[in-house]
Amino acid sequence: MRNFNAIDRKEQEELKRSHVLVAGCGGLGGYVISYLARLGVGKITAFDPDEFAEHNLNRQIFADMSTINKSKVEVVKEALSLINPEVEFKGIKARFEEGFEEMWESDIKVVVDALDSIPSRLELAGICREKKVPLVYGMVGGWYGEVGTQFPGDETLENLCRMGIKGQGIEKEEGVLSFVVGGTAALQAAEAVKVILGRGEILHGKVLFFDFLEMESEVLELA
Amino acid sequence: MKVKVKLFATFRKGRFKEEVFDYPEGTKVKDVVKQLSLPVKELGIIFINGKHVSLEVELKEGDVLSIFPLVGGG
Repeated sequence: MRNFNAIDRKEQEELKRSHVLVAGCGGLGGYVISYLARLGVGKITAFDPDEFAEHNLNRQIFADMSTINKSKVEVVKEALSLINPEVEFKGIKARFEEGFEEMWESDIKVVVDALDSIPSRLELAGICREKKVPLVYGMVGGWYGEVGTQFPGDETLENLCRMGIKGQGIEKEEGVLSFVVGGTAALQAAEAVKVILGRGEILHGKVLFFDFLEMESEVLELA
Repeated sequence: MKVKVKLFATFRKGRFKEEVFDYPEGTKVKDVVKQLSLPVKELGIIFINGKHVSLEVELKEGDVLSIFPLVGGG
């Protein structure tokens, strides 16, 4: 892998030995998985119950005219075999909440949230807490993205979503712009890699809010 | 009392980025939300001076109130 000195040889081996679980293979999930595969993460498990649809074309990296109506996890599997065939990828065509118990493996180092609703996200946070695994969450809507990392025992995501347990946020009216998805997913991939390697500054107990329209960002304390 | 109100993301549409208001003593966060006609179901996180607060909190002279809408897509 050609990550040179940014990630040294020992760290590269660590990534190769690591298992990351990604909940969702749509907008955020597609980008996160492709970033992790290109970085050399050895094992990726992903969940998604859906097939690609025309309305995914505006923002989902693996949605194109040839993949419409195909299972998202199957499409991702095929794409990864071309991006980095050494990745051991397991795609599960189910909602995360339904399938995780059967497939949970003790070597999972970090879970990445790429879900599209707040109730599912909170459920995912509960499962990660129970399994004692860090969760990198990401949320997008319109021109805006939010990213942070929740460690077992934290309630950052719950604090962030307390008022929105009903379901959706501004994305319902605003939609989501492609680069907001890609940019937010890039930040999530960076967080996941740092959690694995134990390096750098992690958004622990915090959320990074990014406004792609005004090019402003805020780091908010949520602990 | 003077309070600086900062709005984020879609809440800026037709409103402002930041403005200083003079509120009567005892004004709560929810009163500001109502006065600015912010849709309660779109509310995400609210901070006073960088600390996460609820709608029921009373404002004080010199506070900086930041209001973010809920972002939930993926």
